[in-house]
Amino acid sequence: MVNSRFTEYLVYIGNVALAILIGLALGALIIWLGGYDPVKAYTGLFETSFNPSDYYYFATTLSYATPVIFTGLTFAISSRAGIFNIGAEGQMYMGALGAVIVASMNLPSPLILPMALITGTLMGALWGLIAGLFRALRNVNEVVATIMLNWIAFWIIEYARNYGLGDPRRQEKTISMPVEGRLPLLVKNTELSMAFVIALIVAILVYIFMWRTKIGYYIRVLGAGVKTAKYAGIDPRIITLYVFIIGGALSGLGGALEICGRPPTYAITTAASNIAGFGFTGISVSLLGLNHPILIIPASVIIGGLLAGSRGMQIKAKVPLEMVMAVQGLIIIALSVPGFTFVYRRWRIKKALRGGGSA
Amino acid sequence: MPELDLLGGVLIQSTWAMMPILLAALGEILTERSGVVNIGLEGIMLISALFAVFVADKTLNPWLGVLTAIGIGAFIGLIHGFISVYLKGNQIISGLGINTFAAGFVAYSIEVFWGVRGYYTPKPEAKVPRLPAIGVSPLFLATIAITIVLFIILYKFDIGLKIRACGENPEAADVVGVKVELMQLTSTIIGGALTGLAGAVLSIDWLASITKQLPAGRGFIALALVNFANWNPLYGLLGSFIFGFLWTASEYMKNLEYFTRAIPMPLINTIPYIATLIVVAGVIGRSRPPQSVGVPYRRELD
Repeated sequence: MVNSRFTEYLVYIGNVALAILIGLALGALIIWLGGYDPVKAYTGLFETSFNPSDYYYFATTLSYATPVIFTGLTFAISSRAGIFNIGAEGQMYMGALGAVIVASMNLPSPLILPMALITGTLMGALWGLIAGLFRALRNVNEVVATIMLNWIAFWIIEYARNYGLGDPRRQEKTISMPVEGRLPLLVKNTELSMAFVIALIVAILVYIFMWRTKIGYYIRVLGAGVKTAKYAGIDPRIITLYVFIIGGALSGLGGALEICGRPPTYAITTAASNIAGFGFTGISVSLLGLNHPILIIPASVIIGGLLAGSRGMQIKAKVPLEMVMAVQGLIIIALSVPGFTFVYRRWRIKKALRGGGSA
Repeated sequence: MPELDLLGGVLIQSTWAMMPILLAALGEILTERSGVVNIGLEGIMLISALFAVFVADKTLNPWLGVLTAIGIGAFIGLIHGFISVYLKGNQIISGLGINTFAAGFVAYSIEVFWGVRGYYTPKPEAKVPRLPAIGVSPLFLATIAITIVLFIILYKFDIGLKIRACGENPEAADVVGVKVELMQLTSTIIGGALTGLAGAVLSIDWLASITKQLPAGRGFIALALVNFANWNPLYGLLGSFIFGFLWTASEYMKNLEYFTRAIPMPLINTIPYIATLIVVAGVIGRSRPPQSVGVPYRRELD
């Protein structure tokens, strides 16, 4: 049993590695068709993300891994319940907005950081809850509901930046988190803050929650099918709400941590440009991590490296940095194909059938 | 009567606002009726819109742009269909991948094609001309025609019955000799082509520009519309008018001072999304999806 499980893991790792390779290879083709040098582009990408001779770049990679751990966890929990919560984007916006609201309030300094994180978490949870209510009570497709809420959240933070929470001296961003509310940096002169450590702890907590608590178990039962859950005496609607509230809270916390832990602005910039995309990137992270809270950590480092290296790629090879997102899309498409796993399972079934025949 | 002029203006504008949503929804109705779900509509629209602008702007022929968009849409439909139908892949994941790829690829391509970041406006000659007397786009008439044709095919022809059978009960369809997989692949390709046309409407007919967020959630509003329409093209037409009208009305509100004083500009932008949520939540209990939609069809044990 142990042995076959081990092989299964190897097959999964092979699957993930193959998807990444396909993504990078097709990405290289697109870079080449666009008239750039793919070798130069990828060299630039890796030199500024996983460069062993300069810790600064690896610190940047980890700093980008941080928010996508949270959004990845949001997607992973919902996937485990057979639900596609792709609203991490909006939930993260609301979390960031919560932190900015606290930053604007002139609280006593020891209260700022905890209040910012709590408010962000709650606002993210609220945003998740709304999507959950549409899903659980009105049976609205969660993909539609969460995307609509993402857009609504986007315009709400644009509203907040223009009306009341904008920085009076610089219109292109909101009020910044005051110094007392900022998280300490892990490595001097980088963007890597304590937020990364919090992300690691949260990922472990989510693992414990999913595999060691009753609600976590119910969530996984729901993933086995709505009928299965009902037979087990579980109300799918209640569990759906849990999935959205917890998922929203995680992305909300991730958003608040971006405000409390990312130099230099410690604020939301125009059109959410400094937090936009983390929610959708979380989907890639979760899928690469097989929707498993612990495996999401290495997956977030891989994707964090792509995000961190995209600037280096643009500077060194002139390739527009959005290319990295296209590569992510290709990786997701490749991961949607059962690929190796499919072939391997077929092979095992065939072997079993043959074995059964001869015995 | 300035009020009537305003209403007329809103109605004419609504024909544009409803077209992309309706076309994508029609494509998705066909796709889902055959048993495949494609949530990559947003991405297909975006990539098709990009190539429509590229070709129309280069050749100064909008119709070539429209054809290109249809072709690109069909091509992405083919990829999604192949993954869904033959490789038995996860259709939702594939759709998410298409959307993510599109967001990155289009932002990248705008810079590659025109050397600008984020935004390009094609030359005026690249824009689809309007019909003289009534002032609407010829593509609007085409859209209405497609709606009716799709309805007739789905409900009055043998082939429509076969397509619907694939989405309801593929085993039964297979038993009576319907080529389920071919039917599903073809439906997904045509669905992609219609969504591609929706992209062309956005970029060279209505808005005449390309940005990396051009569809602004319309691909997902189309998914909501499919639900609202109970997978019936004619209800889709009705629903798209509601969505299109709301979208246009909220744009008009931005120009009226008494509205912008009550609701600040950025919040007016939320109206189409809130309306979508409310409308869909209001009717959904009564709609019923094809029974086997989204489940890869496997012959016997695989």
